Amino acid sequence: MSDYLKTERAKEWRTALRASLKNKDRVAIPRVQMPERDPMVRRHNHDEVNLGLTPELAVGEARRCLDCANPTCISGCPVEINIPKFIKNIERGAFLEAAKTLKASNALPAVCGRVCPQERQCESQCFYTLKLNKEPVAIGHLERFAADYERESGQVSIPETAPANNIRVAVVGSGPAGLSFAGDMVKLGYDVTVFEALHELGGVLRYGIPEFRLPSEIVDVEIDSLRAMGVKFITNCIVGKTISQEDLVDEGFKGIFVGSGAGLPNFMNIPGENLVGVMSCNEYLTRVNLMQAADPDSDTPVYKGRQVAVIGGGNTAMDAVRTAKRLGAEKAAIVYRRTEQEMPARVEEVKHAKEEGIEFFTLHNPLRYEGDERGRVQRAELQRMRLGEPDSSGRRRPIPIEGDTVWLEVDEVIVSVGVSPNPLIPQSFTGLEITRWGTIVVNEDTMQTADEMIFAGGDIVRGGATVILAMGDGRRAAKAMHRYLQGEG
Amino acid sequence: MNKIVAKEYLSERVVRFEVEAPLIAKSRRAGHFVIVRVGKKGERVPYTIASADVEKGTITLVVQRVGKSSEKLCRLEVGDHITDLVGPLGKATDIEKFGTVVCAGGGVGVAPMLPIIEAMKQAGNRVISVIAARTKELIILEEQVREYSDEVVIMTDDGSYGKKGLITAGVEEVIQREKVDRCITIGPAIMMKFVAELTKKYNVPTVASLNTIMVDGTGMCGACRVTVGGQTRFVCVDGPEFDAHQVDFDEMLMRLKAYD
Repeated sequence: MSDYLKTERAKEWRTALRASLKNKDRVAIPRVQMPERDPMVRRHNHDEVNLGLTPELAVGEARRCLDCANPTCISGCPVEINIPKFIKNIERGAFLEAAKTLKASNALPAVCGRVCPQERQCESQCFYTLKLNKEPVAIGHLERFAADYERESGQVSIPETAPANNIRVAVVGSGPAGLSFAGDMVKLGYDVTVFEALHELGGVLRYGIPEFRLPSEIVDVEIDSLRAMGVKFITNCIVGKTISQEDLVDEGFKGIFVGSGAGLPNFMNIPGENLVGVMSCNEYLTRVNLMQAADPDSDTPVYKGRQVAVIGGGNTAMDAVRTAKRLGAEKAAIVYRRTEQEMPARVEEVKHAKEEGIEFFTLHNPLRYEGDERGRVQRAELQRMRLGEPDSSGRRRPIPIEGDTVWLEVDEVIVSVGVSPNPLIPQSFTGLEITRWGTIVVNEDTMQTADEMIFAGGDIVRGGATVILAMGDGRRAAKAMHRYLQGEG
Repeated sequence: MNKIVAKEYLSERVVRFEVEAPLIAKSRRAGHFVIVRVGKKGERVPYTIASADVEKGTITLVVQRVGKSSEKLCRLEVGDHITDLVGPLGKATDIEKFGTVVCAGGGVGVAPMLPIIEAMKQAGNRVISVIAARTKELIILEEQVREYSDEVVIMTDDGSYGKKGLITAGVEEVIQREKVDRCITIGPAIMMKFVAELTKKYNVPTVASLNTIMVDGTGMCGACRVTVGGQTRFVCVDGPEFDAHQVDFDEMLMRLKAYD
């Protein structure tokens, strides 16, 4: 444990708090349950599903945390939040202080408290999980509580920034990687400008994740807080198209961080995939989230299928299928070629989907789509599968059961089988090393590319990642670019 | 930003806008397009850039009133601002010295053809422009087309101006008369389909500039996908220009009606 964490833990109030309740009593408290909107009601609206903890629930949950001498949870957090410190602040009722602790390492706590897969990160490294074989402290729920409490209190703290050093740095893309990078750099005193291709800020937080999981107001508040710290945002500006790499250098930018995110959606290249009514999850979610197509006043149309099949088992597939239900689908189903066990989606998302009446065709894989005379999709032929030996990803390989197929009536199909990195920067920048998958090659410790002034992170480097991994990349890149710009490497 | 500095009716339903967009004016090339959004509830719609003035920092868009979004755009007046304008997008036209180039533009497709005619001429090609419309009033930008073309053939469906007949008749006449090294076609999908069928018969390499449905326009949503040579391609980042003989126009026509 670092000296800093030790000093923090040794503070009088923390020591007193630890002594106030025996560990035996702490571990006897059951894990809090997140209050949720009724599934029968919520499947007809776009209101947020998780309602958040009350102060009483949050304090009760915070008591479970043992404030370990060796807080392993922190090692599970890509942005290394001082988790025990923020949780103990909640326990003693210092909620605003808890929010401040979060914001010291995380530019978007209200977002992460909602969309991070904590069960695979901090919570998987919690003492309860590792040693007690009990349910971990609900770190994610507590993070959300502290961030929401601060926002709703109207006393939002603006993290302190170092004196301006007048060094300009550019950020390509305003998604989680770019925002987290921008937050760290502005704190270090840099003059940060974020360029966004779309007309709204937030990247995947805006166009991808639906309102019922991440209200857009939350994204607005987090971005406003970065703006208050001095970050400049320019929308409708595509780096590599509207302005070039050379333009940025000529304008005096000394460092560039590329967080341009995901790009072209993958399709399966099966017959009928270009029929009307078959679309990518990116298209479907962008229409509904970014363009608000479900709003009758919006000019952007969207299909409101009655029988919708979503192909894939990730979080995006869950977002799409639950959106379809909310847009009035009588039947909305997930079609996934492995079993629920192998699904990449978060357990919570699958649970929520089931509660809302989503059907699951696991061990099914689409073979073809057929349409009517106008080219509109009518039905999908699905191949039944079984599981074989584990493949390179460690998941058991799905194998078709020869001759065992079934037809599913559909009027809308949403294909959610991954995305390729956005091609715009690899196409238009020189000096970068690009893999054959179209991702940018970086030094994994520093996120520096082959061009020393350019750093990159998020989906453009990883191909497909989570919000928090992208944010972790942004933080690492900021640290390394700071060293580079200060001439220390 | 995005202030409209000039507006002119080229025909009853076709409006020419000059819009302030200095960065786009500087970086655009022939063949590029922009995405336009009018109003906070507006749709993102692609328009090919017709021309640009780097010194004035403006680009020219030619818009045909065909639906809600183009209607909204056409209602804007000089001094109004376009809510969102982003670009230049897509790949630029492949400009080189081919020899004799036929530029076949139909209806409002003549506008995005204009910078291509100009660039082809400057690259040293003999440029024959075939421009077509339903009737005389719908022939636009004739004067500008003439400026850079070695020859201009005008076709109208009703014979009210130029020759009577479809654009394909005009193109075929040129091909039968002299050796054509390349054809470029921009216009309604159905027109490009027939131009492609014709030039395929004569083995004239042909490029079509496709205008499909898009949402983001930046290589993210896949709404613009078309089948070219049996493979799925994305108009926004792989196009908008493709080998016209390889494009599955029937599928494209079907997909264009997705939200009708």
